[in-house]
Amino acid sequence: MRTLKTLAASVVAAFALAGVAGAAEEKAGEHEGGALGDSWKSWHAKNEVSNVTSLQRGARNFVSYCEGCHSLKYVRWSRLGTDLEIPEEQLEKLLLPPGDKPADYISASVPAADAEAWFGKAPPDLSLIVRSRGRDYIYQFLKTFYADPSKPTGVNNLRLAGTAMPHVLSELEGVKKAVFKTEEVKGEDGTTHPEQVLEKFEMVLPGRLTEAEYDSFVRDTVNFLDYASEPAQVKRQALGVWVVLFLIAFTWMAWLLKKEYWKDVH
Amino acid sequence: MVTPSSTAPSPQPPGTPKKGFKGWLYKRFPVEEFMSDQLTGYYAPKNFNIWYYFGSLALVVLVIQLLTGIFLTMFYKVGEATAFDSVEFIMREVEWGWLIRYLHSTGASFFFIVVYLHMFRALLYGSYKAPRELLWLFGMAVYLALMAEAFMGYVLPWGNMSFWGAQVIVNLFGTIPGIGPGLVEWIRGDYGIADATLNRFFSLHVVAIPLALIMLIVFHLVALRRTGSSNPDGIEIKDKLGPDGKPLDGIPFHPYYTIKDIVGVGVFFILFSIVVFFVPTFGGLFLEAPNFEPANPLSTPEHIAPVWYFTPYYAILRAVPDQRLGALLMFAAVAVWLFLPWLDRSPVKSMRYRGWMSRGALTLFAISFLVLMYLGLQPAEGLYVALARIFTVIYFLFFLGMPIYTSLDPVKPVPQRLTYHAHA
Amino acid sequence: MTVQNGVIAADDDVDNSRRKFLTTATTAMGAVGAAFVLVPFVASWKPSERARALGAPTELDLSKLEPGQMAIVTWRKQQIYVVHRTPQMLQLLSNHDARLKDPKSQKSEQPDYTKNDIRALKPEYLVLIGICTHLGCLPKQRFDPGVPELGADWPGGFFCPCHGSRFDLAGRVFEGSPASVNLRIPPYTIEGDTKLVVGVDANDKNKGAA
Repeated sequence: MRTLKTLAASVVAAFALAGVAGAAEEKAGEHEGGALGDSWKSWHAKNEVSNVTSLQRGARNFVSYCEGCHSLKYVRWSRLGTDLEIPEEQLEKLLLPPGDKPADYISASVPAADAEAWFGKAPPDLSLIVRSRGRDYIYQFLKTFYADPSKPTGVNNLRLAGTAMPHVLSELEGVKKAVFKTEEVKGEDGTTHPEQVLEKFEMVLPGRLTEAEYDSFVRDTVNFLDYASEPAQVKRQALGVWVVLFLIAFTWMAWLLKKEYWKDVH
Repeated sequence: MVTPSSTAPSPQPPGTPKKGFKGWLYKRFPVEEFMSDQLTGYYAPKNFNIWYYFGSLALVVLVIQLLTGIFLTMFYKVGEATAFDSVEFIMREVEWGWLIRYLHSTGASFFFIVVYLHMFRALLYGSYKAPRELLWLFGMAVYLALMAEAFMGYVLPWGNMSFWGAQVIVNLFGTIPGIGPGLVEWIRGDYGIADATLNRFFSLHVVAIPLALIMLIVFHLVALRRTGSSNPDGIEIKDKLGPDGKPLDGIPFHPYYTIKDIVGVGVFFILFSIVVFFVPTFGGLFLEAPNFEPANPLSTPEHIAPVWYFTPYYAILRAVPDQRLGALLMFAAVAVWLFLPWLDRSPVKSMRYRGWMSRGALTLFAISFLVLMYLGLQPAEGLYVALARIFTVIYFLFFLGMPIYTSLDPVKPVPQRLTYHAHA
Repeated sequence: MTVQNGVIAADDDVDNSRRKFLTTATTAMGAVGAAFVLVPFVASWKPSERARALGAPTELDLSKLEPGQMAIVTWRKQQIYVVHRTPQMLQLLSNHDARLKDPKSQKSEQPDYTKNDIRALKPEYLVLIGICTHLGCLPKQRFDPGVPELGADWPGGFFCPCHGSRFDLAGRVFEGSPASVNLRIPPYTIEGDTKLVVGVDANDKNKGAA
């Protein structure tokens, strides 16, 4: 039974790895009986960085569950307060770690060297994670943890197979296991062969949040990380509208001028 | 008979004394001569179409890059340990730093869009043919300098793609027989891409190549001034002069083309701003995702690819299974452009009057350039490699077959006077 | 001008007023655009967020400062002198107005809550920017009255070694000094009784930096 689970886990891991490598080419395949298959690879988190309330929740989520190990070394607490419209007293009371000043950059609580010793890999800084991996990647990562007894953390992940990160959100989402089944899958050469396909997730131990609430939680967190990756994005887009409108007006004016002078040319 | 209009710049006889500051200046600086030689006195063909905007647009992008580059250098800190952080400092903590950065990164890509369209114009209308061969060669020198400038500029943020892109491209020089490995070490200044490499690329990118670029562009414009501009009909307007010694089919550059170019600049800025403000990464093509992670010599990005404007040549490199041969072919693909004026044996300059052979060849070439560009961005496997090989052949056939098909090509008779339809 | 057959013919229906209008309008719009383009470049020179963070308010625990002692802290790259004045020092402030260039601090730079005779929010704590208003040297403390090199009538204060400017124990400049303006006072506030915060204006309700 355990070897089967290990086999299943490692096949899924290989499968997921292949999925990551060929990310551009994948198709969300059809599977018999409505199995999930690869559909999780198309799960999408819409950009809502202009929603300040979502960002505030995301900041709270980050400080509660992520900041223990992950730094945001290019983000200052004070800047967070300004951009997310958090008054300074609340920033200091609810978010700022004791001993840190508002102008400080957001550092992880655990020293990087210790974290590396414990987990085998230093938890990366997340200041640019959304720009380097994409919103959907982070969204899928936080939603595809599943129980895997063969791992030291007891969990594995479909988006990043073999991840060293424990499922820190398991108290919220609960613990789920990934149920695989064997299916005949058509290969590139046209022949079919058996493959382990993800059928469904099964909640083994419920968490404090419902599925919808957890999804909301993850979206807020991804949103926050997107903001952290590029704080200027909302301002950039707002300004862009005015710039383009002005340029259209200017170009129209210049074109009238050109038409007028070119009447001369026959 | 000359009756100047009151709004057009009045061609007063030179030497007419002017009052005040103007008079003082004109006596000490050839302002008047410059105006009359280069602007109001420079006659350009009256039938320029859309393909003729890209020269002035290239100048505009040059100015954008110089201005934004100067300001970025005020905040960027060169060095392995500081470069990446300093770029994020610019993006987040320097007021308007994010805008200056995006203008520069978008400008780099738009420089190539404009330059490629500018080069295509030359292919369309035979602008490289005699007497404009030197103009073409200066232009090619600008293109080469631009590629070097862009390549080194991309290394400066010291992201993971900066590092690995530099690693791959610099290693190519190792394929040169004999001197290769020593040359690579000399370029790098270290045993791998390192701080020394970054520092020298910084100096070249900020000082040396911009100076060279400006000089080459000036020479390019001087050569243009000597021969005069080509035009879509491919005939020389200087062959038909009026009684006043000016080309019958020419119009003064100022005010007609100065004003028309401003419209072109306006349209350009609209497109440019849409990218800068709404899609600065342009789907990962202008600012690549792996470059948002710091350089890591121990971790290669999934797909190492140069930025899109280099990928046609990258596809050619990877089309050949042998590294040395592939590198040679890649350099040849760049060099072959230089020979264009002498490969083209057509009696006729413009595609308008050439036959189906030249037109077909150019169409195929344009398609192959774009397809190779796409292929260079994909992983080098499966169908992509086969396609790259096919289109590499087409690419080279365009040039190497040119002496033959341009000689055989059934051309049409060329008009005596420019075809021009008064339009908006 | 009409260009036809290379000859510049007489202009008949060139609408010159329209051309002038369009040229002016386009140029004006272009100038406006150019001005807007300049803004980000000029603004980029303003102190960055890092500079502002490093220039954030500085705190000092006043309970550790003995009477008659001076502490020096840094705020926005400037030396800040904090003096715990004794009652005797405060007494010595009041009877030499005639020897001062600006006894009422009309011309000097200080927050409005320090524009009084003792030049302080709380009498016993003097907070000054320790930069001589002459040419920028750092004045030295000479708190003892009647020090021989400064004269028997020296009431105590600061002496600048570069060009000899003298200031009293409220930072007010004496006649005969090359400096002509009293020492500057930064915005500051005192929280509770013992926490000095330099860089925060005492008038501000928010705890924002000055």
